[in-house]
Amino acid sequence: MSVEAKSVIGNVVENVKDVKIKKKSGIEKKENLAGLLFVSPMLLGVGILTLLPIIATFILSFADWNFIMGITQIKWVGLDNFKALFENEGFLKSVANNLLFLLTVPLTMIFSLLIAIVIDKHVYMKSYFKVAFFMPYISSIVAIAVVWQVLFNPTDGPINQFLFSIGIENPPTWIADPNFALISVMLIQIWAAIGFNMILFLAGLQSISKELYEAADMDGATAWDKFKNIMLPALSPTTFFLLITGIIGTFKVFDLIAVLTKGGPINSTTMLVWHLYESAFVNLKIGYASAIAVILFIFVLIITLLQWVGQKKWVNY
Amino acid sequence: MEKKFTLRKLIITIITFVVSIAFLLPFIWMLSTSFKIEADVFKFPVEWIPTRWNGLENFKEVWLGQYPFALYYWNSIKVTVITTVISVTVSAMAAYGFSKVNFPAGKFLFLIVLTTFMVPQQSILVPQFILYRYLGLFDSHFGLILLGSFSVLGTFMLRQFFMGIHSDYIDAAKIDGAGHFRIFWSIALPIVRPAIATYAILRFIWTWNDYQNPLIFLRTDGLYTIQLAMQKFTSLNGEFYSLIMAAAVSAILPLVIVFIIGQKQVIEGIAMGGVKG
Repeated sequence: MSVEAKSVIGNVVENVKDVKIKKKSGIEKKENLAGLLFVSPMLLGVGILTLLPIIATFILSFADWNFIMGITQIKWVGLDNFKALFENEGFLKSVANNLLFLLTVPLTMIFSLLIAIVIDKHVYMKSYFKVAFFMPYISSIVAIAVVWQVLFNPTDGPINQFLFSIGIENPPTWIADPNFALISVMLIQIWAAIGFNMILFLAGLQSISKELYEAADMDGATAWDKFKNIMLPALSPTTFFLLITGIIGTFKVFDLIAVLTKGGPINSTTMLVWHLYESAFVNLKIGYASAIAVILFIFVLIITLLQWVGQKKWVNY
Repeated sequence: MEKKFTLRKLIITIITFVVSIAFLLPFIWMLSTSFKIEADVFKFPVEWIPTRWNGLENFKEVWLGQYPFALYYWNSIKVTVITTVISVTVSAMAAYGFSKVNFPAGKFLFLIVLTTFMVPQQSILVPQFILYRYLGLFDSHFGLILLGSFSVLGTFMLRQFFMGIHSDYIDAAKIDGAGHFRIFWSIALPIVRPAIATYAILRFIWTWNDYQNPLIFLRTDGLYTIQLAMQKFTSLNGEFYSLIMAAAVSAILPLVIVFIIGQKQVIEGIAMGGVKG
């Protein structure tokens, strides 16, 4: 075997493998065994902890059950859970809030792009700035939420103290005010997400070759021309990626809500995952919670599919 | 011309610096408050540098007071380190298997693993919870560790790097009689070491910061990780903001250290794979 293989090595390695597999079933078996051994821990983990549960989610979404009852007490209710969803104000409010929350995605991207452009070419101490704007990303959401909670304190918090001091007599009470709570959470979300977006935009900007800019300079292009005709097209894969992951990210928002507002005041900051958590682990409505999980899964699935289709259509490489 | 440009750059640097400080104010406020006496916390204008220092007492109260903060810290370190080690091992093995072992089922199995990537973790929480209670993994560190140990993202990321290794290396080693485990351990792994480091640091950060899984899968107070403890501490000490901030500083500190050490890997890793926790 070694003679045969040696003669081909260095030329077309793939062919060698084909030949080996076709001719030597012993080697094929060995490769198969090795392959399975290498991937089996991952397969087992994913199979038991992800595949099995996602199937169970779909099944449970047609059931009326809770953790306390035995498995024999399970009742099948068809589509009742889904009907209940659309009659539940908490769910409808959650969907509405999730949609509103989508606004954070483009806003984060605009700020991040601005910062990335400035940091890329126009400042000294580049690495300081990278670290500074990246800080919220590495900090735990719990700690961040706790700090903001105090900053937003309606009477004593530094933010409102500042607003009082510049003569605003009735500043919003932020997370205590149903009209402002969601906006407050969105502000924190934008603040926390800027670092991640900025780093990706920076990477995109750095991959643009200098010659493009030089050629543009020779043609007398303005800064705006360069932004529109060089940067934006070059950044389109990054932009698209950030848009999609950003949207998926908003559907998964949980920590901020759980620590900061618990969905309140009066349901003004409830979101899909919070509603799911509350239904499953506070109210113990397993079937209903699973129906929410199915909706969440479908949302994310649609966006992921959009990504696959869209990547080919809209992105200029 | 040259000089004018430099001046412009300097001015922009100063403006951006001011913006970055404003951006970091929540952290600065947190740090400065953790060193204050309670009465000075809400003084306005804010005393960014405390006039009456109480830092030692605050941190002493957090760490040695009535809450076993050291225990929570230890729990977090234990869970995070073990999760990171297992996750890196499992992902590296799978990544090698999916890229450098030529077996027919491989492509199909990889596709299965990849499709699970689009399942949002929250949509499987309920069955996981039921499964964990059934298997006796609920309310244990081992169960929590398992939840973070099988990362499709890590597998995908490392696979990209393994694919970059030229097959000549592998084939040459095979001719010398090395099996796949030898090749994996002494050829492939050393080559992708930087990628492993990047993924390990990211996994460390994500696990340390995880709040949702400990919240749902832990019940016993003595098993709490720092994130859960942090929230419990906040609800019990509602009015003692200086103490809460000292706790928050303690919770963030290990990550700042990990981040400063592995800054390059983290930023490059994120830029490269566009990965998200």
